[in-house]
Amino acid sequence: MLAKRVKRSAPMDLDHRGRAWYIDKAVTFLVFVGGISAIIFIIGIFVFITKEGAGFIVGPLNVREFFASLTWRPTSSQNPSYGVLGLIAGTASVTGLAMVVSVPFSLGAAIFIGEFATGRLRESLKVLVELLAAIPSVVWGFIGLSIMNPLIIDMFDVPVGIGVLNSGIILGLMAAPIMTTIAEDALKAVPDTYREAAEAMGATKWQVIFRVVLPAGKNGLVAAVLLGVGRGFGETMAVLMASGNAIQIPTSPFDSVRAITATIAAELGDAPVGSDHYRALFTLGILLFVVTFIINLTADLVVKGARRA
Amino acid sequence: MKQKTIAPWTTWKAALVEDTALAIDIQNVSLWYGDFQALFEVDLQVKRGSITALIGPSGCGKSTLLRAVNRMNERLGDYVRTTGEIHVLDQDILSDDVELSQLRRHVGMVFQRPNPLPLSIQDNVLFAHRIHRADEKFNKLEEDEIVENALRRVLLWDEVKDRLGREATGLSLEEQQKLCIARLLPVKPTVILMDEPTSALDPKATAALEELIWELHGDYTILIVTHNMAQARRASEETAFMLLGRMVEHGVTEQIFLAPQEEGTADYIEGRYG
Repeated sequence: MLAKRVKRSAPMDLDHRGRAWYIDKAVTFLVFVGGISAIIFIIGIFVFITKEGAGFIVGPLNVREFFASLTWRPTSSQNPSYGVLGLIAGTASVTGLAMVVSVPFSLGAAIFIGEFATGRLRESLKVLVELLAAIPSVVWGFIGLSIMNPLIIDMFDVPVGIGVLNSGIILGLMAAPIMTTIAEDALKAVPDTYREAAEAMGATKWQVIFRVVLPAGKNGLVAAVLLGVGRGFGETMAVLMASGNAIQIPTSPFDSVRAITATIAAELGDAPVGSDHYRALFTLGILLFVVTFIINLTADLVVKGARRA
Repeated sequence: MKQKTIAPWTTWKAALVEDTALAIDIQNVSLWYGDFQALFEVDLQVKRGSITALIGPSGCGKSTLLRAVNRMNERLGDYVRTTGEIHVLDQDILSDDVELSQLRRHVGMVFQRPNPLPLSIQDNVLFAHRIHRADEKFNKLEEDEIVENALRRVLLWDEVKDRLGREATGLSLEEQQKLCIARLLPVKPTVILMDEPTSALDPKATAALEELIWELHGDYTILIVTHNMAQARRASEETAFMLLGRMVEHGVTEQIFLAPQEEGTADYIEGRYG
Protein backbone atom coordinates (compact mmCIF):
# COMPACT_ATOMS: atom_id res chain seq x y z
CA MET A 1 0.00 0.00 0.00
CA LEU A 2 2.68 2.45 1.05
CA ALA A 3 4.96 1.49 -1.81
CA LYS A 4 2.21 2.16 -4.29
CA ARG A 5 1.83 5.73 -3.06
CA VAL A 6 5.51 6.47 -3.28
CA LYS A 7 5.58 5.27 -6.86
CA ARG A 8 2.82 7.72 -7.77
CA SER A 9 4.48 10.89 -6.48
CA ALA A 10 5.76 13.41 -9.07
CA PRO A 11 9.47 13.61 -9.94
CA MET A 12 11.26 16.14 -7.74
CA ASP A 13 12.64 18.61 -10.25
CA LEU A 14 13.56 21.38 -7.87
CA ASP A 15 15.46 23.52 -10.39
CA HIS A 16 12.76 23.28 -13.06
CA ARG A 17 11.66 26.63 -14.51
CA GLY A 18 8.43 26.35 -16.44
CA ARG A 19 6.53 28.86 -18.52
CA ALA A 20 4.91 30.36 -15.46
CA TRP A 21 8.33 31.28 -14.11
CA TYR A 22 9.28 33.21 -17.25
CA ILE A 23 5.93 34.95 -17.47
CA ASP A 24 6.23 35.98 -13.85
CA LYS A 25 9.71 37.44 -14.39
CA ALA A 26 8.65 39.26 -17.56
CA VAL A 27 5.56 40.79 -15.97
CA THR A 28 7.52 41.83 -12.90
CA PHE A 29 10.02 43.58 -15.17
CA LEU A 30 7.32 45.35 -17.20
CA VAL A 31 5.53 46.60 -14.11
CA PHE A 32 8.83 47.81 -12.70
CA VAL A 33 9.63 49.74 -15.88
CA GLY A 34 6.15 51.24 -15.91
CA GLY A 35 6.39 52.33 -12.30
CA ILE A 36 9.91 53.69 -12.50
CA SER A 37 9.26 55.61 -15.73
CA ALA A 38 6.57 57.70 -14.04
CA ILE A 39 9.12 58.81 -11.47
CA ILE A 40 11.76 59.41 -14.16
CA PHE A 41 9.38 61.60 -16.17
CA ILE A 42 8.53 63.73 -13.15
CA ILE A 43 12.18 64.19 -12.29
CA GLY A 44 12.83 64.94 -15.98
CA ILE A 45 10.20 67.66 -16.04
CA PHE A 46 11.59 69.19 -12.91
CA VAL A 47 15.15 69.13 -14.28
CA PHE A 48 13.99 70.68 -17.57
CA ILE A 49 12.11 73.51 -15.89
CA THR A 50 14.95 74.15 -13.49
CA LYS A 51 17.50 74.18 -16.32
CA GLU A 52 15.50 76.73 -18.29
CA GLY A 53 14.84 78.88 -15.26
CA ALA A 54 18.33 78.60 -13.77
CA GLY A 55 19.82 81.08 -16.23
CA PHE A 56 17.44 83.69 -14.88
CA ILE A 57 17.81 82.79 -11.22
CA VAL A 58 21.61 83.06 -11.24
CA GLY A 59 21.60 85.99 -13.70
CA PRO A 60 19.20 88.94 -13.78
CA LEU A 61 17.07 87.82 -10.85
CA ASN A 62 16.78 90.34 -8.07
CA VAL A 63 15.00 88.47 -5.29
CA ARG A 64 13.72 91.61 -3.64
CA GLU A 65 12.32 93.01 -6.86
CA PHE A 66 10.94 89.61 -7.85
CA PHE A 67 8.78 89.20 -4.76
CA ALA A 68 8.14 92.82 -3.77
CA SER A 69 7.59 94.71 -6.98
CA LEU A 70 4.36 95.11 -8.82
CA THR A 71 6.02 95.92 -12.10
CA TRP A 72 6.03 93.03 -14.51
CA ARG A 73 7.56 94.48 -17.66
CA PRO A 74 9.62 91.69 -19.16
CA THR A 75 9.53 92.90 -22.73
CA SER A 76 10.79 96.41 -22.17
CA SER A 77 14.07 96.80 -24.04
CA GLN A 78 15.34 99.73 -21.96
CA ASN A 79 14.28 98.85 -18.49
CA PRO A 80 12.87 95.32 -18.07
CA SER A 81 11.36 94.62 -14.68
CA TYR A 82 10.37 91.27 -13.22
CA GLY A 83 8.14 91.90 -10.20
CA VAL A 84 5.67 89.08 -9.59
CA LEU A 85 3.94 90.45 -6.50
CA GLY A 86 0.91 91.34 -8.61
CA LEU A 87 0.79 87.86 -10.10
CA ILE A 88 1.10 86.22 -6.67
CA ALA A 89 -1.68 88.49 -5.40
CA GLY A 90 -3.78 87.51 -8.41
CA THR A 91 -3.32 83.80 -7.86
CA ALA A 92 -3.82 84.13 -4.10
CA SER A 93 -7.00 86.21 -4.37
CA VAL A 94 -8.60 83.96 -6.98
CA THR A 95 -7.63 80.75 -5.16
CA GLY A 96 -8.73 82.23 -1.84
CA LEU A 97 -12.15 83.19 -3.14
CA ALA A 98 -12.42 79.82 -4.85
CA MET A 99 -11.90 78.12 -1.50
CA VAL A 100 -14.48 80.34 0.18
CA VAL A 101 -16.93 79.19 -2.48
CA SER A 102 -16.01 75.54 -2.72
CA VAL A 103 -15.19 74.43 0.84
CA PRO A 104 -18.71 74.84 2.26
CA PHE A 105 -20.28 73.41 -0.88
CA SER A 106 -17.93 70.47 -1.07
CA LEU A 107 -18.05 69.55 2.59
CA GLY A 108 -21.82 69.92 2.59
CA ALA A 109 -22.11 67.74 -0.50
CA ALA A 110 -19.74 65.16 0.97
CA ILE A 111 -21.69 65.03 4.24
CA PHE A 112 -24.96 64.69 2.36
CA ILE A 113 -23.69 61.96 0.03
CA GLY A 114 -21.81 60.12 2.75
CA GLU A 115 -24.17 60.39 5.70
CA PHE A 116 -27.68 61.14 4.50
CA ALA A 117 -28.23 59.95 0.94
CA THR A 118 -28.90 56.24 0.50
CA GLY A 119 -29.32 53.78 -2.33
CA ARG A 120 -29.87 55.07 -5.81
CA LEU A 121 -29.79 58.76 -4.88
CA ARG A 122 -26.36 58.32 -3.35
CA GLU A 123 -24.96 56.44 -6.35
CA SER A 124 -26.32 58.91 -8.89
CA LEU A 125 -24.97 61.86 -6.90
CA LYS A 126 -21.53 60.29 -6.81
CA VAL A 127 -21.55 59.73 -10.56
CA LEU A 128 -22.77 63.27 -11.10
CA VAL A 129 -19.96 64.74 -9.00
CA GLU A 130 -17.40 62.69 -10.91
CA LEU A 131 -18.89 63.89 -14.19
CA LEU A 132 -18.46 67.48 -12.99
CA ALA A 133 -14.78 66.79 -12.45
CA ALA A 134 -14.51 65.78 -16.11
CA ILE A 135 -15.63 69.11 -17.57
CA PRO A 136 -12.66 70.59 -19.47
CA SER A 137 -11.29 73.78 -17.98
CA VAL A 138 -11.74 75.71 -21.21
CA VAL A 139 -15.46 75.02 -20.93
CA TRP A 140 -15.41 76.49 -17.44
CA GLY A 141 -13.61 79.53 -18.82
CA PHE A 142 -16.25 79.80 -21.49
CA ILE A 143 -18.97 79.71 -18.83
CA GLY A 144 -17.11 82.46 -16.98
CA LEU A 145 -16.94 84.63 -20.08
CA SER A 146 -20.37 84.12 -21.52
CA ILE A 147 -22.62 83.42 -18.53
CA MET A 148 -20.99 84.75 -15.37
CA ASN A 149 -19.73 87.95 -16.98
CA PRO A 150 -23.15 89.40 -17.98
CA LEU A 151 -24.65 88.01 -14.78
CA ILE A 152 -22.15 89.89 -12.60
CA ILE A 153 -22.57 93.07 -14.66
CA ASP A 154 -26.34 92.82 -14.20
CA MET A 155 -26.41 91.91 -10.54
CA PHE A 156 -23.82 94.31 -9.18
CA ASP A 157 -24.12 97.06 -11.76
CA VAL A 158 -20.41 97.11 -12.56
CA PRO A 159 -18.90 97.90 -15.98
CA VAL A 160 -16.94 94.66 -16.31
CA GLY A 161 -17.88 91.23 -14.97
CA ILE A 162 -14.51 89.62 -15.45
CA GLY A 163 -12.21 89.60 -12.44
CA VAL A 164 -11.59 88.08 -9.04
CA LEU A 165 -15.25 87.31 -8.37
CA ASN A 166 -15.86 85.67 -11.71
CA SER A 167 -12.73 83.54 -11.80
CA GLY A 168 -12.99 82.75 -8.08
CA ILE A 169 -16.48 81.34 -8.47
CA ILE A 170 -15.53 79.43 -11.62
CA LEU A 171 -12.44 78.03 -9.94
CA GLY A 172 -14.46 77.16 -6.84
CA LEU A 173 -16.92 75.19 -8.94
CA MET A 174 -14.01 73.47 -10.66
CA ALA A 175 -12.34 72.49 -7.39
CA ALA A 176 -15.59 71.36 -5.75
CA PRO A 177 -15.91 67.91 -7.39
CA ILE A 178 -12.44 66.71 -6.43
CA MET A 179 -12.86 68.10 -2.91
CA THR A 180 -16.27 66.46 -2.59
CA THR A 181 -14.99 63.10 -3.79
CA ILE A 182 -11.99 63.08 -1.46
CA ALA A 183 -13.97 64.42 1.49
CA GLU A 184 -16.60 61.76 0.93
CA ASP A 185 -13.88 59.10 0.90
CA ALA A 186 -12.62 60.51 4.19
CA LEU A 187 -16.09 60.24 5.75
CA LYS A 188 -16.56 56.75 4.37
CA ALA A 189 -13.28 55.73 6.02
CA VAL A 190 -14.74 56.53 9.46
CA PRO A 191 -15.76 53.11 10.82
CA ASP A 192 -19.48 52.59 11.07
CA THR A 193 -19.00 51.23 14.59
CA TYR A 194 -18.37 54.82 15.72
CA ARG A 195 -21.71 55.95 14.34
CA GLU A 196 -23.43 52.93 15.80
CA ALA A 197 -21.89 53.53 19.21
CA ALA A 198 -22.93 57.17 19.25
CA GLU A 199 -26.44 56.42 17.99
CA ALA A 200 -26.87 53.72 20.62
CA MET A 201 -26.15 56.40 23.24
CA GLY A 202 -28.95 58.49 21.83
CA ALA A 203 -27.00 60.90 19.66
CA THR A 204 -29.05 62.46 16.90
CA LYS A 205 -27.90 62.30 13.30
CA TRP A 206 -26.37 65.74 13.50
CA GLN A 207 -24.67 65.04 16.83
CA VAL A 208 -23.17 61.89 15.35
CA ILE A 209 -21.82 63.84 12.39
CA PHE A 210 -20.64 66.85 14.32
CA ARG A 211 -19.20 65.15 17.40
CA VAL A 212 -17.96 61.87 15.98
CA VAL A 213 -17.71 61.61 12.20
CA LEU A 214 -16.18 65.00 11.40
CA PRO A 215 -13.54 64.85 14.16
CA ALA A 216 -12.67 61.28 13.18
CA GLY A 217 -12.38 62.18 9.51
CA LYS A 218 -10.64 65.49 10.19
CA ASN A 219 -7.35 64.66 8.51
CA GLY A 220 -8.97 63.39 5.35
CA LEU A 221 -11.10 66.52 5.18
CA VAL A 222 -8.07 68.77 5.55
CA ALA A 223 -6.35 66.81 2.80
CA ALA A 224 -9.41 67.27 0.58
CA VAL A 225 -9.31 71.03 1.09
CA LEU A 226 -5.56 71.15 0.42
CA LEU A 227 -5.92 69.20 -2.82
CA GLY A 228 -8.67 71.61 -3.82
CA VAL A 229 -6.28 74.50 -3.13
CA GLY A 230 -3.65 72.78 -5.25
CA ARG A 231 -6.16 72.39 -8.05
CA GLY A 232 -7.09 76.08 -7.93
CA PHE A 233 -3.49 77.14 -7.70
CA GLY A 234 -2.42 75.30 -10.80
CA GLU A 235 -5.48 75.97 -12.93
CA THR A 236 -4.68 78.02 -16.01
CA MET A 237 -7.21 78.18 -18.79
CA ALA A 238 -10.32 79.13 -16.81
CA VAL A 239 -8.39 81.78 -14.89
CA LEU A 240 -6.90 83.15 -18.09
CA MET A 241 -10.36 83.54 -19.56
CA ALA A 242 -12.28 84.81 -16.53
CA SER A 243 -9.86 86.98 -14.54
CA GLY A 244 -9.25 89.93 -16.86
CA ASN A 245 -5.44 89.72 -16.80
CA ALA A 246 -4.53 93.14 -15.42
CA ILE A 247 -1.55 92.97 -13.08
CA GLN A 248 -2.49 94.55 -9.78
CA ILE A 249 -3.29 93.84 -6.16
CA PRO A 250 -7.09 93.66 -6.16
CA THR A 251 -8.97 95.93 -3.80
CA SER A 252 -12.47 94.80 -4.69
CA PRO A 253 -13.92 91.50 -5.91
CA PHE A 254 -14.66 93.11 -9.26
CA ASP A 255 -11.03 94.03 -9.91
CA SER A 256 -9.24 92.38 -12.74
CA VAL A 257 -6.18 90.30 -11.80
CA ARG A 258 -3.59 88.15 -13.50
CA ALA A 259 -2.57 84.76 -12.14
CA ILE A 260 0.89 83.20 -12.36
CA THR A 261 -0.37 80.36 -14.51
CA ALA A 262 -2.21 82.64 -16.88
CA THR A 263 0.93 84.76 -17.31
CA ILE A 264 2.97 81.74 -18.38
CA ALA A 265 0.29 80.57 -20.77
CA ALA A 266 -0.21 83.99 -22.30
CA GLU A 267 3.42 85.03 -22.69
CA LEU A 268 5.50 81.93 -23.28
CA GLY A 269 4.54 81.73 -26.94
CA ASP A 270 5.82 85.26 -27.59
CA ALA A 271 9.02 85.10 -25.57
CA PRO A 272 12.13 84.37 -27.66
CA VAL A 273 13.66 81.07 -26.58
CA GLY A 274 16.59 81.66 -24.26
CA SER A 275 15.75 85.30 -23.55
CA ASP A 276 15.48 86.66 -20.01
CA HIS A 277 11.73 86.89 -20.45
CA TYR A 278 11.58 83.21 -21.46
CA ARG A 279 13.69 82.22 -18.46
CA ALA A 280 11.71 84.43 -16.09
CA LEU A 281 8.56 82.58 -17.14
CA PHE A 282 10.26 79.30 -16.33
CA THR A 283 11.18 80.71 -12.95
CA LEU A 284 7.48 81.34 -12.41
CA GLY A 285 6.99 77.70 -13.37
CA ILE A 286 9.48 76.65 -10.67
CA LEU A 287 7.60 78.78 -8.14
CA LEU A 288 4.31 77.09 -9.08
CA PHE A 289 5.91 73.68 -9.03
CA VAL A 290 7.39 74.20 -5.58
CA VAL A 291 4.21 75.60 -4.04
CA THR A 292 1.99 72.89 -5.56
CA PHE A 293 4.49 70.27 -4.45
CA ILE A 294 4.41 71.59 -0.88
CA ILE A 295 0.60 71.65 -0.85
CA ASN A 296 0.31 68.11 -2.18
CA LEU A 297 3.02 66.83 0.14
CA THR A 298 1.25 68.39 3.11
CA ALA A 299 -2.02 66.80 2.02
CA ASP A 300 -0.28 63.46 1.67
CA LEU A 301 1.33 63.70 5.11
CA VAL A 302 -1.98 64.68 6.66
CA VAL A 303 -3.66 61.64 5.10
CA LYS A 304 -0.85 59.40 6.32
CA GLY A 305 -1.37 60.85 9.78
CA ALA A 306 -5.03 59.93 9.46
CA ARG A 307 -4.16 56.33 8.65
CA ARG A 308 -1.82 56.01 11.57
CA ALA A 309 -4.40 57.31 14.03
CA MET B 1 -59.29 47.58 24.06
CA LYS B 2 -55.91 48.06 25.60
CA GLN B 3 -55.47 51.58 26.73
CA LYS B 4 -52.53 53.29 25.09
CA THR B 5 -50.50 55.21 27.62
CA ILE B 6 -47.89 57.48 26.18
CA ALA B 7 -46.39 59.30 29.05
CA PRO B 8 -43.96 61.96 27.94
CA TRP B 9 -40.41 60.72 28.34
CA THR B 10 -39.63 63.40 30.83
CA THR B 11 -41.72 61.59 33.40
CA TRP B 12 -39.32 58.68 33.55
CA LYS B 13 -38.51 59.50 37.12
CA ALA B 14 -42.12 59.15 38.10
CA ALA B 15 -42.20 55.80 36.40
CA LEU B 16 -39.19 54.78 38.40
CA VAL B 17 -40.89 55.54 41.67
CA GLU B 18 -43.93 53.41 40.92
CA ASP B 19 -42.44 50.03 41.42
CA THR B 20 -43.20 48.36 38.14
CA ALA B 21 -42.23 44.76 38.33
CA LEU B 22 -41.14 44.51 34.72
CA ALA B 23 -38.27 46.42 33.13
CA ILE B 24 -38.88 45.02 29.67
CA ASP B 25 -42.14 43.52 28.49
CA ILE B 26 -41.97 42.09 24.97
CA GLN B 27 -45.28 40.84 23.65
CA ASN B 28 -45.99 39.09 20.41
CA VAL B 29 -43.12 40.72 18.58
CA SER B 30 -42.45 39.73 14.99
CA LEU B 31 -39.77 41.31 12.87
CA TRP B 32 -38.98 41.20 9.18
CA TYR B 33 -35.85 42.14 7.27
CA GLY B 34 -37.53 42.78 3.94
CA ASP B 35 -39.24 39.49 3.13
CA PHE B 36 -37.25 37.50 5.64
CA GLN B 37 -38.96 37.01 8.96
CA ALA B 38 -36.39 36.99 11.74
CA LEU B 39 -38.68 36.94 14.79
CA PHE B 40 -41.96 35.06 15.20
CA GLU B 41 -44.41 36.27 17.88
CA VAL B 42 -41.77 36.50 20.58
CA ASP B 43 -42.73 37.09 24.22
CA LEU B 44 -40.22 37.92 26.92
CA GLN B 45 -40.59 39.51 30.32
CA VAL B 46 -37.53 40.85 32.10
CA LYS B 47 -37.75 41.75 35.77
CA ARG B 48 -36.26 44.96 37.03
CA GLY B 49 -32.72 44.71 38.25
CA SER B 50 -32.26 41.18 36.97
CA ILE B 51 -29.76 39.69 34.58
CA THR B 52 -31.37 37.73 31.79
CA ALA B 53 -29.30 35.79 29.29
CA LEU B 54 -30.50 35.22 25.74
CA ILE B 55 -29.04 32.04 24.30
CA GLY B 56 -29.50 30.10 21.09
CA PRO B 57 -27.60 29.05 17.97
CA SER B 58 -26.27 31.59 15.46
CA GLY B 59 -28.98 33.26 13.47
CA CYS B 60 -31.77 32.42 15.90
CA GLY B 61 -32.70 36.07 16.28
CA LYS B 62 -31.35 36.81 19.73
CA SER B 63 -29.34 39.86 18.64
CA THR B 64 -32.29 41.05 16.58
CA LEU B 65 -34.54 40.78 19.61
CA LEU B 66 -31.98 42.64 21.73
CA ARG B 67 -31.73 45.41 19.15
CA ALA B 68 -35.50 45.71 19.01
CA VAL B 69 -35.48 46.94 22.60
CA ASN B 70 -33.49 50.10 21.79
CA ARG B 71 -34.74 50.09 18.19
CA MET B 72 -31.24 49.85 16.78
CA ASN B 73 -32.62 47.59 14.05
CA GLU B 74 -34.11 50.69 12.52
CA ARG B 75 -30.66 51.90 11.57
CA LEU B 76 -30.94 49.57 8.59
CA GLY B 77 -33.78 51.65 7.21
CA ASP B 78 -37.35 51.06 6.19
CA TYR B 79 -36.92 47.51 5.19
CA VAL B 80 -36.96 46.44 8.84
CA ARG B 81 -40.54 46.04 10.03
CA THR B 82 -41.55 45.31 13.61
CA THR B 83 -44.98 44.34 14.90
CA GLY B 84 -46.18 43.56 18.40
CA GLU B 85 -45.54 45.49 21.58
CA ILE B 86 -42.48 46.30 23.61
CA HIS B 87 -42.80 48.16 26.87
CA VAL B 88 -39.91 49.47 28.89
CA LEU B 89 -41.02 50.47 32.38
CA ASP B 90 -44.63 50.40 31.15
CA GLN B 91 -44.02 52.77 28.31
CA ASP B 92 -44.72 51.75 24.76
CA ILE B 93 -41.39 52.17 22.99
CA LEU B 94 -42.58 51.21 19.49
CA SER B 95 -44.97 54.16 19.41
CA ASP B 96 -44.36 56.78 16.75
CA ASP B 97 -44.16 59.43 19.46
CA VAL B 98 -41.03 57.96 20.98
CA GLU B 99 -37.89 59.98 20.46
CA LEU B 100 -35.15 57.46 19.74
CA SER B 101 -32.63 59.69 21.44
CA GLN B 102 -34.59 59.57 24.71
CA LEU B 103 -35.26 55.85 24.43
CA ARG B 104 -31.56 55.11 23.96
CA ARG B 105 -30.67 57.26 26.90
CA HIS B 106 -32.69 54.92 29.08
CA VAL B 107 -31.81 51.73 27.25
CA GLY B 108 -28.03 51.63 26.85
CA MET B 109 -26.15 49.12 24.78
CA VAL B 110 -22.78 47.34 24.87
CA PHE B 111 -21.55 45.81 21.64
CA GLN B 112 -19.74 42.66 20.64
CA ARG B 113 -16.50 44.45 19.83
CA PRO B 114 -15.57 47.23 22.21
CA ASN B 115 -16.31 50.44 20.31
CA PRO B 116 -15.00 53.43 22.24
CA LEU B 117 -15.20 56.63 20.23
CA PRO B 118 -11.93 58.07 18.92
CA LEU B 119 -11.88 60.60 21.76
CA SER B 120 -10.09 60.78 25.08
CA ILE B 121 -11.13 58.42 27.88
CA GLN B 122 -12.72 61.32 29.70
CA ASP B 123 -14.67 62.51 26.65
CA ASN B 124 -15.90 58.98 26.05
CA VAL B 125 -17.35 58.78 29.56
CA LEU B 126 -18.94 62.19 29.17
CA PHE B 127 -20.25 61.66 25.62
CA ALA B 128 -23.81 60.56 26.40
CA HIS B 129 -23.93 62.91 29.37
CA ARG B 130 -23.08 65.89 27.17
CA ILE B 131 -25.61 64.89 24.56
CA HIS B 132 -28.49 64.44 26.94
CA ARG B 133 -27.81 67.22 29.36
CA ALA B 134 -26.62 69.84 26.93
CA ASP B 135 -28.97 72.44 28.41
CA GLU B 136 -27.52 72.25 31.88
CA LYS B 137 -24.19 73.76 32.79
CA PHE B 138 -21.63 71.55 34.44
CA ASN B 139 -18.36 72.88 35.69
CA LYS B 140 -15.08 71.03 35.43
CA LEU B 141 -15.31 69.75 38.99
CA GLU B 142 -18.73 68.22 38.47
CA GLU B 143 -17.63 66.63 35.23
CA ASP B 144 -14.54 65.20 36.90
CA GLU B 145 -16.74 63.72 39.57
CA ILE B 146 -19.05 62.14 37.01
CA VAL B 147 -16.07 60.61 35.21
CA GLU B 148 -14.57 59.30 38.42
CA ASN B 149 -17.84 57.77 39.64
CA ALA B 150 -18.53 56.06 36.35
CA LEU B 151 -15.02 54.67 36.06
CA ARG B 152 -15.00 53.52 39.68
CA ARG B 153 -18.28 51.75 39.14
CA VAL B 154 -16.77 49.64 36.34
CA LEU B 155 -13.56 49.04 38.33
CA LEU B 156 -11.45 50.97 35.82
CA TRP B 157 -10.60 54.11 37.76
CA ASP B 158 -7.32 52.98 39.30
CA GLU B 159 -6.01 51.78 35.95
CA VAL B 160 -6.77 54.91 33.94
CA LYS B 161 -6.95 57.78 36.42
CA ASP B 162 -3.56 59.11 35.31
CA ARG B 163 -4.30 59.06 31.60
CA LEU B 164 -7.86 60.35 31.26
CA GLY B 165 -6.79 62.62 28.42
CA ARG B 166 -5.38 59.78 26.33
CA GLU B 167 -7.15 58.28 23.34
CA ALA B 168 -9.56 55.59 24.49
CA THR B 169 -8.71 53.45 21.47
CA GLY B 170 -5.28 52.85 23.00
CA LEU B 171 -6.67 50.87 25.93
CA SER B 172 -6.67 47.08 26.10
CA LEU B 173 -9.84 45.37 24.88
CA GLU B 174 -10.92 44.59 28.41
CA GLU B 175 -10.45 48.21 29.46
CA GLN B 176 -12.23 49.41 26.33
CA GLN B 177 -15.24 47.22 27.02
CA LYS B 178 -15.40 48.43 30.63
CA LEU B 179 -15.21 51.97 29.34
CA CYS B 180 -18.09 51.22 26.97
CA ILE B 181 -20.15 50.27 30.02
CA ALA B 182 -18.91 53.23 32.04
CA ARG B 183 -20.00 55.75 29.42
CA LEU B 184 -23.61 54.61 29.75
CA LEU B 185 -23.80 55.18 33.50
CA PRO B 186 -23.73 59.01 33.78
CA VAL B 187 -27.15 59.28 32.11
CA LYS B 188 -28.60 56.69 34.51
CA PRO B 189 -30.06 54.13 32.13
CA THR B 190 -32.74 51.69 33.23
CA VAL B 191 -31.74 48.83 31.00
CA ILE B 192 -28.35 47.85 29.63
CA LEU B 193 -28.41 45.60 26.58
CA MET B 194 -25.28 43.56 25.98
CA ASP B 195 -24.62 41.85 22.68
CA GLU B 196 -22.02 39.14 23.36
CA PRO B 197 -19.92 41.64 25.30
CA THR B 198 -17.07 39.23 26.00
CA SER B 199 -16.69 37.50 22.64
CA ALA B 200 -13.69 39.63 21.67
CA LEU B 201 -11.96 39.14 25.02
CA ASP B 202 -9.54 36.53 26.36
CA PRO B 203 -10.65 34.24 29.23
CA LYS B 204 -9.16 36.41 31.96
CA ALA B 205 -10.80 39.56 30.65
CA THR B 206 -14.03 37.64 30.20
CA ALA B 207 -13.99 36.65 33.85
CA ALA B 208 -13.38 40.27 34.86
CA LEU B 209 -16.25 41.47 32.68
CA GLU B 210 -18.62 38.84 34.02
CA GLU B 211 -17.75 39.86 37.54
CA LEU B 212 -18.50 43.45 36.67
CA ILE B 213 -21.81 42.59 35.01
CA TRP B 214 -22.81 40.62 38.07
CA GLU B 215 -21.83 43.54 40.24
CA LEU B 216 -23.95 45.98 38.20
CA HIS B 217 -27.20 44.06 38.26
CA GLY B 218 -29.73 45.24 40.72
CA ASP B 219 -29.02 48.85 39.91
CA TYR B 220 -29.48 48.15 36.24
CA THR B 221 -31.58 45.64 34.38
CA ILE B 222 -29.28 43.66 32.14
CA LEU B 223 -30.29 41.70 29.06
CA ILE B 224 -27.30 39.88 27.67
CA VAL B 225 -26.92 37.86 24.48
CA THR B 226 -24.30 35.17 24.74
CA HIS B 227 -22.92 32.33 22.70
CA ASN B 228 -21.14 31.04 25.71
CA MET B 229 -23.31 28.58 27.60
CA ALA B 230 -21.05 28.58 30.62
CA GLN B 231 -21.31 32.34 30.76
CA ALA B 232 -25.10 32.25 30.72
CA ARG B 233 -24.98 29.73 33.50
CA ARG B 234 -22.46 31.65 35.60
CA ALA B 235 -23.59 35.20 35.08
CA SER B 236 -27.36 35.27 34.76
CA GLU B 237 -30.41 34.81 36.90
CA GLU B 238 -32.80 33.98 34.14
CA THR B 239 -32.18 32.45 30.76
CA ALA B 240 -34.24 32.58 27.60
CA PHE B 241 -33.60 30.12 24.81
CA MET B 242 -34.41 31.02 21.21
CA LEU B 243 -34.45 28.90 18.10
CA LEU B 244 -35.20 29.93 14.50
CA GLY B 245 -36.73 33.23 15.53
CA ARG B 246 -39.00 31.80 18.21
CA MET B 247 -38.81 31.95 21.97
CA VAL B 248 -38.59 28.32 23.02
CA GLU B 249 -38.17 28.52 26.74
CA HIS B 250 -37.61 31.11 29.43
CA GLY B 251 -37.04 30.50 33.08
CA VAL B 252 -34.69 30.62 36.02
CA THR B 253 -31.19 29.86 34.78
CA GLU B 254 -30.71 26.88 37.08
CA GLN B 255 -33.87 25.29 35.87
CA ILE B 256 -33.14 25.89 32.17
CA PHE B 257 -29.79 24.23 32.50
CA LEU B 258 -30.69 21.40 34.87
CA ALA B 259 -34.23 20.58 33.87
CA PRO B 260 -35.17 22.13 30.53
CA GLN B 261 -38.81 21.63 29.64
CA GLU B 262 -38.35 21.60 25.89
CA GLU B 263 -36.42 19.08 23.88
CA GLY B 264 -34.83 21.79 21.72
CA THR B 265 -33.40 23.53 24.76
CA ALA B 266 -31.99 20.32 26.14
CA ASP B 267 -30.37 19.42 22.83
CA TYR B 268 -28.77 22.83 22.49
CA ILE B 269 -27.53 22.96 26.05
CA GLU B 270 -25.98 19.55 25.75
CA GLY B 271 -24.20 20.64 22.58
CA ARG B 272 -26.03 18.46 20.09
CA TYR B 273 -26.20 21.44 17.74
CA GLY B 274 -25.35 25.09 17.71
